Amino acid sequence: MPDSDPPSLRDLVRAGSTAQARFIADEATRLDLSDLAQAALPGLARFRGKIVLLAMPRQIDAATALVALDGAARRIVLCPHDLPRAGIDAVAAAAGAEIVVSQWPPGPGDLVGAQAADATHADGAGWGATEWVLFTSGTAGQPKMVVHTLNSLAGHLFGGAGSPAGPIWCTFYDIRRYGGMQILLRAMIGAGSLVLSCPDESPGAFLARAAGAGATHFLGTPSHWRRALMTEAADLIAPAYVRLSGEVADQGILNKLRERYPAARIVHAFASTEAGLAFEVTDGEAGFPASLVGEAGGASIRIEAHSLRVRSPRNAIGYLDGGISAIPDAEGYVDTGDIVVLRDERYYFAGRRDGTVNVGGQKVHPEEVEAVINQHPAVEMSRVTARASPITGALVVADIVFRTGGSGPGAVPARATQAEIRDFCRARLAPHKVPAAIRVVPSLEIAASGKLVRMRA
Amino acid sequence: MMQVRSKVESTILEVAAEHNKSLPQLTDDLPLMESGLDSLCLAVVVARLEDGLGVDPFSAAEGVALPVTIGDFVKLYENAGQ
Repeated sequence: MPDSDPPSLRDLVRAGSTAQARFIADEATRLDLSDLAQAALPGLARFRGKIVLLAMPRQIDAATALVALDGAARRIVLCPHDLPRAGIDAVAAAAGAEIVVSQWPPGPGDLVGAQAADATHADGAGWGATEWVLFTSGTAGQPKMVVHTLNSLAGHLFGGAGSPAGPIWCTFYDIRRYGGMQILLRAMIGAGSLVLSCPDESPGAFLARAAGAGATHFLGTPSHWRRALMTEAADLIAPAYVRLSGEVADQGILNKLRERYPAARIVHAFASTEAGLAFEVTDGEAGFPASLVGEAGGASIRIEAHSLRVRSPRNAIGYLDGGISAIPDAEGYVDTGDIVVLRDERYYFAGRRDGTVNVGGQKVHPEEVEAVINQHPAVEMSRVTARASPITGALVVADIVFRTGGSGPGAVPARATQAEIRDFCRARLAPHKVPAAIRVVPSLEIAASGKLVRMRA
Repeated sequence: MMQVRSKVESTILEVAAEHNKSLPQLTDDLPLMESGLDSLCLAVVVARLEDGLGVDPFSAAEGVALPVTIGDFVKLYENAGQ
């Protein structure tokens, strides 16, 4: 149930404003957060009660739009920055967007559809809290749209408002994804500041800029951190707090961060767009203690058929697919699809139930890659799996079975080199989906169901 | 020793070509993260070297500093082979 009078993000930023100058900055722009929260917004009326799609190249525009629109718009849809133009149109239609904005403040001619929108909700009545729609990180085919509210995203942070001086946060992550959004809201609600990355900035340049801005609290995926530690700029920062999420944090990266930043508190968190933040692990060890299963930190954790399930006020409201469809099971648990195994009173992540491969935070569905490989005339069938990588966490690899020419003994298999198959994939798939290694095998195991065997039990 | 170096360098160039990345002249002091190789390229290089040389110095040991330059990267493999 939405609170009858929930605080808006603007209210919370204003409440958190203190004597110290708070800011949000990217490579080109530095905005004062107090000014942002106080600023009069003459054009706001036309957004009231509307469904607004934010399709913005710059994160800082999306952040300032959120401050203006939360509590005013009925629904805010946060497009990932890498969504192609055609994708934006499709998403706008699917989300029922009445207004599409590509910069903030909106420029003339930047309010696509604004004139066409009617005034059904012009008085602000008829909806509860503003819905925030985020995309799942699956860049394959159709990412899902997940509905949250400010309360589900950040309700657990509201108590922190008004603290005298929040930290200066820095995130490698895009704030339009769940993980980055958590940091945006921590900075805004917790009286802090935030340094944002820019798309074409090298990791070294970003770290140097963050160091110059005085950032002390850093968030990224394990892959972001591995990359960061391979720059000289890694020595420019002196983090008090290092947080990893978005991928499984292995012991290697946790140890390397501990060695490099002995004074930092190093935390890895498990969260998903649907389940929300489930828990944080603070002991510097990979996996999570079995004691977290049950009730912990406001979330209930359950392991069922090796799969991690989460029930918490931070769960999303639902998927946006025409209406809003519920995500949790009958008992209110969201099945994350992450497989965990128990070893010595600790759970360790052991991949995804559906075989999804996480390449440096970008999800790859094996079926999509297999479908491409199988189009090659020499290929009979293929199986795509994950291979561990110390750089990106995982890479996509493929086993292929060549087609036999005719039947019977003496049949000659069709042939192509691994490089030919790889080039074939490269012409048809995003770089991270192209198998890094291809192995030719005589056959692949098929289950009784007729499906490829993906997971070894 | 020279064999490891040339294998590492040729693998870097091979992966860069596959990914349509143009690299500057590889020198020992070229910073890895400014060489034009992105994380994905680097991950593929490390996987291919593991298959070719039988070692993965990144995953192998505790206390191994991550390489910052091309020279560090080559040295990591030279030392791992000893």
